[in-house]
Amino acid sequence: MNADSDAQEVDLGSLVDDDLVAQMHDDLYDGLAAEILEGTEILLERGWGPDKVLNDALVEGMRIVGIDFRDGILFVPEVLLAANAMKGGMGILRPLLAETGAERMGTVVIGTVKGDIHDIGKNLVGMMLEGAGFEVIDLGINNPVEAYLEALEEHKPDILGMSALLTTTMPYMKVVIGALEEKGLRNDQIVLVGGAPLNEEFGKAVGADAYCRDAAVAAETAQALVLARRAAAATAS
Amino acid sequence: MQPLPQLLDEEHVFEAERPEVLILACGAIAREVLAVIELNGWTHVTVRCLPGKLHSTPAKIAPAVDAKLRELKGDYERIFVAYADCGTAGELDKVLDVHGVERLPGAHCYGFFAGNDAWQIMHDAEPATFYLTDFLARHFDSLVVKSLKLDRHPELKPLIFGNYKRLVYLAQTDNPDLVERARKAADYLGVTFEQRRTGYGELLPSLERFANA
Repeated sequence: MNADSDAQEVDLGSLVDDDLVAQMHDDLYDGLAAEILEGTEILLERGWGPDKVLNDALVEGMRIVGIDFRDGILFVPEVLLAANAMKGGMGILRPLLAETGAERMGTVVIGTVKGDIHDIGKNLVGMMLEGAGFEVIDLGINNPVEAYLEALEEHKPDILGMSALLTTTMPYMKVVIGALEEKGLRNDQIVLVGGAPLNEEFGKAVGADAYCRDAAVAAETAQALVLARRAAAATAS
Repeated sequence: MQPLPQLLDEEHVFEAERPEVLILACGAIAREVLAVIELNGWTHVTVRCLPGKLHSTPAKIAPAVDAKLRELKGDYERIFVAYADCGTAGELDKVLDVHGVERLPGAHCYGFFAGNDAWQIMHDAEPATFYLTDFLARHFDSLVVKSLKLDRHPELKPLIFGNYKRLVYLAQTDNPDLVERARKAADYLGVTFEQRRTGYGELLPSLERFANA
């Protein structure tokens, strides 16, 4: 698979479901937005539920992209092209998912910290969280502690996610977590942190619940921690 | 100064007349390091440059420096690493602690050229700033446009650079060609353009302290 190679014409409608989904994984990998739109529509026409299309075709495809990005096989441009293609499919699925009234996994407030305007990673995480069933409140970039506090007050999320790309801005995560502790709000939500220069050690040092090395891990971690928290709450009550 | 070889992709050695000490430098600041050496007339300082393109992949810097320091251990009386933290988030410092070697002050080349405190003030005033040095102005096309595949996928430009508002060219030299390149880079990104003449900034005293010790 190569985003820059000439893609062979494939009649998506002629493929059986499994082959079509596999082809969509390839097309997502190659950042072929039109093909992802077409594949999404075909699966829906065949009676697939929007959640199944989302999980089996799009989220799984992006998970593969994420693995190859982590392993240095794909780079930022290819990941962005894939994300752009997935965004198209999500555009079709989002209203259908809303219609089904399926219960959300939870709510996430996410934003890049003050002084930092980088949002590629954050946007990927937002997309994967949405794919994992979360409602995502995206605060955008360059967020001071007040913006986080205001959003937490308004949305009462299960998770706060903070992102930074710069080594000069990542310490601001500690400022936000410190403010939560000071106000007695730290345990009201799970705190996840991520960004290229971060690591697990940093996540622990700033007092986050977890460091997420990529978007797929962020989605998996978010699900696991929310479920664990709910189980603990149920046991306690 | 002699014409320099390709510093973006390749490693190079600039051997001193009587090599005693070594500066292991980022290829992206090789010209400036060599200029400081020439300015001071040092004949005992060898410069070895790692590829300048490592600037775009910070995770590779610490392992590359570590490998080079291991290779060159014992070949020189002293070694200095002409990198700042450069996005390694402390990983480079861990390597340097093991080898007992010092580096340039601050977080990145923008900082030590502009002066780390001055850079922080400038950045706090407008975080949505894209910075160029002489090297980055010279190689903007290959290091930014081509490496991010924007030449083939212009639709990615707003996704990658949509949040930037200004470009500040931190100029080490007075070079009208580089000013023009930097201005074109700002136009390409669709942001305002500013130029600040920094000279060699904190690079000069840092290298002087090392070479004259």
